[in-house]
Amino acid sequence: MTLTLGSQASPFDLPGVDGRKHSLDEYDEAPALAVIWSCNHCPYVQAWEGRMTQIASDYAELGARVVAINSNDATSHPGDSFEEMKTRAEREGFSFDYLHDEDQSVAQAYGPSRTPEVFLFDRERKLRYHGAIDDSRDDQAVVENYFRDALDAVLDGREPPVSETPPVGCSVKWR
Amino acid sequence: MKIELLYWEGCPSHPEADELLQSVLAARGLQATIERHEVMTQQEAERLRFPGSPTIRVDGRDVDPEGARSPPALNCRIYYLSDGRVSPVPSREQLEEALA
Repeated sequence: MTLTLGSQASPFDLPGVDGRKHSLDEYDEAPALAVIWSCNHCPYVQAWEGRMTQIASDYAELGARVVAINSNDATSHPGDSFEEMKTRAEREGFSFDYLHDEDQSVAQAYGPSRTPEVFLFDRERKLRYHGAIDDSRDDQAVVENYFRDALDAVLDGREPPVSETPPVGCSVKWR
Repeated sequence: MKIELLYWEGCPSHPEADELLQSVLAARGLQATIERHEVMTQQEAERLRFPGSPTIRVDGRDVDPEGARSPPALNCRIYYLSDGRVSPVPSREQLEEALA
C-alpha cells in the first residue's frame, strides 16, 4: 500500500553508492526531504535523472535533501544491481544520495509503483507531495514543475499547489 | 507491408508508440494494418527476440536495429533521439525512415 498524504516517513538505513549507510535520521536537519524511487535501466528514469540532479543541486542551497532509492530485483534486472548503481552514479555525476534497498523492505513500507516516483516530506517528515517530477519526460516540453513547486511550498511552510500526481515510468520490479 | 507492434503491459510506453506509429502511417498515406502482440513471459520474449517494450518491426526489420541487439527481456526499451536524449519510444524520424 502506498503512503498517503500526511503520513510519516518510514525509517530506513540503506547502503549508498558512496560506500556509506544512510538512514532517515541522517537527514534530520533538512527542512524538506525527497525520497525518489529510481533505478538504472528504465528509460523514464534516464530521461528524468538529469532533472533530478539539477533539482537536488538547486535545493541543496536551501537545505533540502534528495535521496534516490533503487529497490528493483537485480536477479531479473541485472542492470539494477548495486555495482551497476555505483557505476551509473559516478558516470552521471549524481548530486543526490543513491541507496540500495536490496530486500525491498523500504519499498514495501512506502509503496511506490513506478520509477521515478517522488515522496516529498516536510520538516516533520509528513508526506506533502507524491507523484511525478513534472508533466513531461521530454525536458523541452515541461509545463508543470510539480516537484519544484512542491519543494518551494514546503520550504515556505505552505501546502503544495498540487499534492498528488500519477507517477509515470517503469514498474518497480518486485521479487 | 507487415507492421508489428510488440509490447509488454508492465511498461506504459506502448500506447504512445502505437499513437505515433498510426500518426506516421496516416501522414504518409499508408494503409497498413498494425499487428499488435502482447509479450507476457520471459520465455516468450526470448522466442520472439523481444528486447523490450515497445518493439516495432516493419517487414520483420526492427525500426532501431542497434537497440534490437539487446538481450530479450520484459523491460521498458531505451531509444536514443538524434540529439542523444533517452526516450521510451522511437522517434518520429526512426519510424519515418523504417517506413520509407
